[in-house]
Amino acid sequence: MGWLEGRFEEGVITTTLEQAINWARQSSLWPMTFGLACCAIEMMATGASRYDMDRFGAGAFRATPRQADLMIVAGTVNFKMASRVRRLYNQMPDPKFVIAMGACTCGGGPYYKYGYNVVKGVDLVVPVDVYVPGCPPRPEALLEGLMRIQEKVKGMKDLTRGQPVDVPIPARMGYVLLPEELSTMEKANAFAKKNKELAAPAKG
Amino acid sequence: MTADQIIARLEEKFGNRIKAKKLDALDPYVVIEPADLVEVCRFLRDDPALKFEILNCISGVDYLEPDPKKAPKAGFEPHLEVVYHFSSFTHKHRFVLKLILPRWKDNQPGRLPEVPSVTSLWKGADWHEREVYDLCGVWFTGHPDLRRILLAEDWVGHPLRKDYEFPLEYHGIRGR
Repeated sequence: MGWLEGRFEEGVITTTLEQAINWARQSSLWPMTFGLACCAIEMMATGASRYDMDRFGAGAFRATPRQADLMIVAGTVNFKMASRVRRLYNQMPDPKFVIAMGACTCGGGPYYKYGYNVVKGVDLVVPVDVYVPGCPPRPEALLEGLMRIQEKVKGMKDLTRGQPVDVPIPARMGYVLLPEELSTMEKANAFAKKNKELAAPAKG
Repeated sequence: MTADQIIARLEEKFGNRIKAKKLDALDPYVVIEPADLVEVCRFLRDDPALKFEILNCISGVDYLEPDPKKAPKAGFEPHLEVVYHFSSFTHKHRFVLKLILPRWKDNQPGRLPEVPSVTSLWKGADWHEREVYDLCGVWFTGHPDLRRILLAEDWVGHPLRKDYEFPLEYHGIRGR
């Protein structure tokens, strides 16, 4: 925060208007209730108490596109639905974001070859910000996608266009803390070998 | 009633209008001409010994080997079948009826084969017939509202036909 930082007594926070707006925006992403197929069940699980999407401020599923700013396309999009998806996207107020949830919306998924009626990826219909693959993705994966959207919101430059931001976007690169036995290559190989031996059929 | 009793009852009533029968199948069936369909179905529904109150489902099956090399070994001539499954709550028995149709009416591609509708007997046949029309391309004459039920109104072709070709583009969206 430059020269202003730390000049005031404790309890006074200085920030830029842009950061404040982005913080408010990323903490209250309202998704649209938009379940198309089986991924919607997983999206509901993400919204429910165990995974609790509301921790990220994104638990208020709106039943109208006019109050929503995040569209989670959860499920297979077919050609008949595509025009409706497009229309709902157009009805959402700016700024708006799209998560393509599941293999079908990322690129056709299991319907890629023989699905005569399935759109091969929802990015052919609406612009997609974050792809969450999986069939269906676990709630953790959807939450990760949501956090990526939040990173994207954090980097938005509505007021100071063109100015560099000090946080590289996305800052979170999906780093996973591995358990001890997988922490190095040698340990991981030994672990895999041991598992293989354990899984081998008993002799005699 | 067992399946052979049902078939015997049908043969007693309709005689040589039963074109074929198969008793050793998992679901024994008879084959009839499409023109006799409504009459046979009315008998199946109203006969006190049969009483098939419910039409479980109508299916369309396309018999075609699209690969010309494998076609001689396929073991069947190209044709289309429409299969009707019936159940009776009163007598707790089931039955299957089959129609064998040409793939195209008068052998002219694009002209759908015709079958009389049974919506006058079972209301539930309405959507089943629309689905068979939509996906397999069978025209049900006498149906009150024969539109596509699953695919879009302006869809071209019937996807569960074996020689169906995927659309490359639909309203500006790339198909593959």
